[in-house]
Amino acid sequence: MDLQNFLNMGGYAGYVWTAYGLTSLVLVLNWWSARRRESEELTSARRRMSIEKENRT
Amino acid sequence: MWTWFHKFASPPHAYRLLGTLAPWFGWPALALILLAAWWGLVEAPADYQQGDAFRILYVHAPSAWMSMFTYVVMAVAAAIGLIWRIKLAHAAAAAAAPIGASFTFLALATGSIWGKPMWGTWWVWDARLTSELILLFLYLGYMALRSSFDDPQRADRASAVLAIVGVINVPIIHYSVEWWTTLHQPASVTKFDRPSIDISMLIPLFIMIAGFQFYFGWAICRRLRGEILRRERNATWLKEAS
Repeated sequence: MDLQNFLNMGGYAGYVWTAYGLTSLVLVLNWWSARRRESEELTSARRRMSIEKENRT
Repeated sequence: MWTWFHKFASPPHAYRLLGTLAPWFGWPALALILLAAWWGLVEAPADYQQGDAFRILYVHAPSAWMSMFTYVVMAVAAAIGLIWRIKLAHAAAAAAAPIGASFTFLALATGSIWGKPMWGTWWVWDARLTSELILLFLYLGYMALRSSFDDPQRADRASAVLAIVGVINVPIIHYSVEWWTTLHQPASVTKFDRPSIDISMLIPLFIMIAGFQFYFGWAICRRLRGEILRRERNATWLKEAS
């Protein structure tokens, strides 16, 4: 397989690689934001509980 | 049966189960998507009419499929939440919305990138493209409506009604290429007699769809855990779990 030909995509390189790049970007962003959201909620839940514990003692 | 169901739908049990399930979706998703991308970009032969531009199909069609699939999941979850008053179902609908919105954006964007070299235009206001754009607005409207309420229960109910009413758009998207004259090509895969696409081009498409489905499974597990944490902030089980 010729790498130059592969990257050129029969003259449609700009379209094909933009479409694949955009898809990868959105999937990665979604992955990242789902993880971040979950860990943020966990941190805030832990913080709240430690404050409650202090108030009780 | 009902005791089992209530145990399953109870937040602490669901929270743990989703955490266990997530990697079983995540890793297959990564493997399948990479395999399909390699297959679609390298192995599959170029189309005799479209040349290599047809390879955009492998990211466009799965995104479009997932945009509709996710909406149906969201609407069904919202309906279950509304009818049986199950909070977890409302949480699942809320978790599905951002995933669906990103797939819809991808379907529109990759379709536009594909449309330019093939149709000579980035966008036309025809039935397929317009109804898919409405789908994006439904997702965005759903999320905006949720965030406009401070009370989560009112947010659940109001947004559920919007999600259920909006589901009418899904068959419109699907049949738009048959009901109206459009630039968009008719379905070539879901035809019952025989798909009008060669098997060597079809396999990577199915692998990519499977990969996207697993990706959705992973993402909904993660987002639903976040939703449960947010809603159960004062529950005693959470104090024990973390």
